[in-house]
Amino acid sequence: MNSSVSLTSREEIEVHRFSWPVSIGIPLLAIFLQVFLNQSLMKVLDLPLLVTIFFAVARRRPIPGMITGALIGTLQDAWTGHPIGLFGIAKTIVGYLGSSLGVKVDVDNPGSRFLMTFAFVLIHRFVYMAISLQLVGGSEAWIWSHMLLSALVNGLAAVVLFAGLDKFKLRN
Amino acid sequence: MENFFTRYKNPLALMAVLFIQVVALATQVKRPEGAKPGATGSGTRLIRVWTVTAFTPVEKVFVSTGRFFRNGWRNYADLRGARQQNKELQDEVARLQMEQVRLKQDADQARRLQTLLDFKEKFISKTVAAQVIAFSGTEQSRLITIDKGSRDGIKADMAVITPDGIVGKVKDVFKLSSQVLLINDHDSGAGVILENSRLQGIVKGTPLGELQINDIMSDEKVEPGEHVITSGGDRIYPKGYSVGTVIASTPDHENDPFLIIKIKPEADLNRLEEVLVITDMADNSRTASNGPEPMRAADILSQRLPSVPKVDPNAPKMPGGVPAPKASPTPTKGTPLSAGTEQKPAMSSGQAKSMATGTLGATSTANKPAEAKKPSSVGQPAATPASATGAAATPAKPKPTPKKSVTPPVSPDSTTQQPGAAPTATPKPTTTPAPNQPANQERPPR
Repeated sequence: MNSSVSLTSREEIEVHRFSWPVSIGIPLLAIFLQVFLNQSLMKVLDLPLLVTIFFAVARRRPIPGMITGALIGTLQDAWTGHPIGLFGIAKTIVGYLGSSLGVKVDVDNPGSRFLMTFAFVLIHRFVYMAISLQLVGGSEAWIWSHMLLSALVNGLAAVVLFAGLDKFKLRN
Repeated sequence: MENFFTRYKNPLALMAVLFIQVVALATQVKRPEGAKPGATGSGTRLIRVWTVTAFTPVEKVFVSTGRFFRNGWRNYADLRGARQQNKELQDEVARLQMEQVRLKQDADQARRLQTLLDFKEKFISKTVAAQVIAFSGTEQSRLITIDKGSRDGIKADMAVITPDGIVGKVKDVFKLSSQVLLINDHDSGAGVILENSRLQGIVKGTPLGELQINDIMSDEKVEPGEHVITSGGDRIYPKGYSVGTVIASTPDHENDPFLIIKIKPEADLNRLEEVLVITDMADNSRTASNGPEPMRAADILSQRLPSVPKVDPNAPKMPGGVPAPKASPTPTKGTPLSAGTEQKPAMSSGQAKSMATGTLGATSTANKPAEAKKPSSVGQPAATPASATGAAATPAKPKPTPKKSVTPPVSPDSTTQQPGAAPTATPKPTTTPAPNQPANQERPPR
């Protein structure tokens, strides 16, 4: 048995599946809410990112995880004034890392979900900024206080949201 | 080899997906607008068109439903204070009627002065009211989506305003909706004038969503509280519309001889619900209704100075109805020009041009006599923002007039409003020449 698997329970290494309506509807709903709600909270909360992380770690397969991230990110790009692909690339990487991480550590308890999301928000933002500054010639500003606040808010939201989304998992 | 691909299947797949996306990204950045494969005629990415088109009907339903319930509640709540409000409004109407008389006199005077300058201006002739149905949903991009598109006559680069001030410009147009780049996005920019000091600059958004002017020299004095209006030089926003108020002015240490002037936008860019898209700007050559018939300076010169060649009767007619001379005489120092229209040649065409700079495509009438003879629009408004600022740009010593609002011809309810129609929304153009300073001394843009 693989050493990484031996450290986890059967529940932790289980590859979850989702119905097609959930696989398509939840990401679309997340994007819709992100662009529809003009609240201050939505400036720091990134629902499409949370959904990307959730599906990636639940499926625990890197290729579907990164494709999910690429599609969600590309759709999200359509609503911004930036070239399409910035969020797509950032969420592809997050999807890949999330699904890879899901195989190795327990990602089903609230504490690890919070820490995982906290880290992924920073990674997502870092990748986004790197692409924007290096490839597109953007003028993004890295503000630590804002980034940490965003990571904190998204981490807390992930704990609640993932618990709700767990109900959509199909179990054998 | 097969073992290699099997072993590193996931990282290789990741690299392949990233490679495709980076290439696609590079294609967008390098390729000029309008020449993109898979793009619509307006240069918009198909994925953007599909996504926005798919979401727009749903967004519209949600926005309309929410507004229906909200308005229902507001209507009920408003009835409670209607009587008191009615009385207050009647008082306000009485006060405004008196104000109108005074403004009319000012407007008449402005028209007479503009006639002396052959002043051409642009004013808003058509607007489309639109509802905001979506936002970018991220802090990295300040973009809104409105529920009017190419079907409603919206085109790219049209100015978007609210009664409070300018909002942004149309970026991408779809059939049923459009995306508007807000002025506080860091890709945005607008030509502005500081109202009192008449300094010109370009206001830009910052990555944090603030408005800044960075191209004014640090030896200029800019006080917080000064009002900032559009200059019209960008040929997108009409001249004289409110942009915001200066909240801070500090030296730019990274860009030494310049100031960082922070602006608070008049329009609440975080709570936009309804906006107006300016779909048409009309030329307007002002004529004084009761003023004297304008007389060209060359004609006066030809009467008084024997050295000036005689007027050729076959020459093209000029605005005053007098044929233009063969040679354009330029008055020299000491030329006995006294008052009234005789002062006109003392102002060079460059000066006149600079005063008309803010009129969005205003052309020098001296060079285009045919245009200058174009009849003025019927039912034109009493005063437009451009006319207001144009009135300030008189060659003679302007009297310092108190700050006052002038009603522009804009109506959010009308999709094809003609000039002269009763406006219901009033952007905040102002006519405030600096006291003791001729308003035509606008400084050149840096």
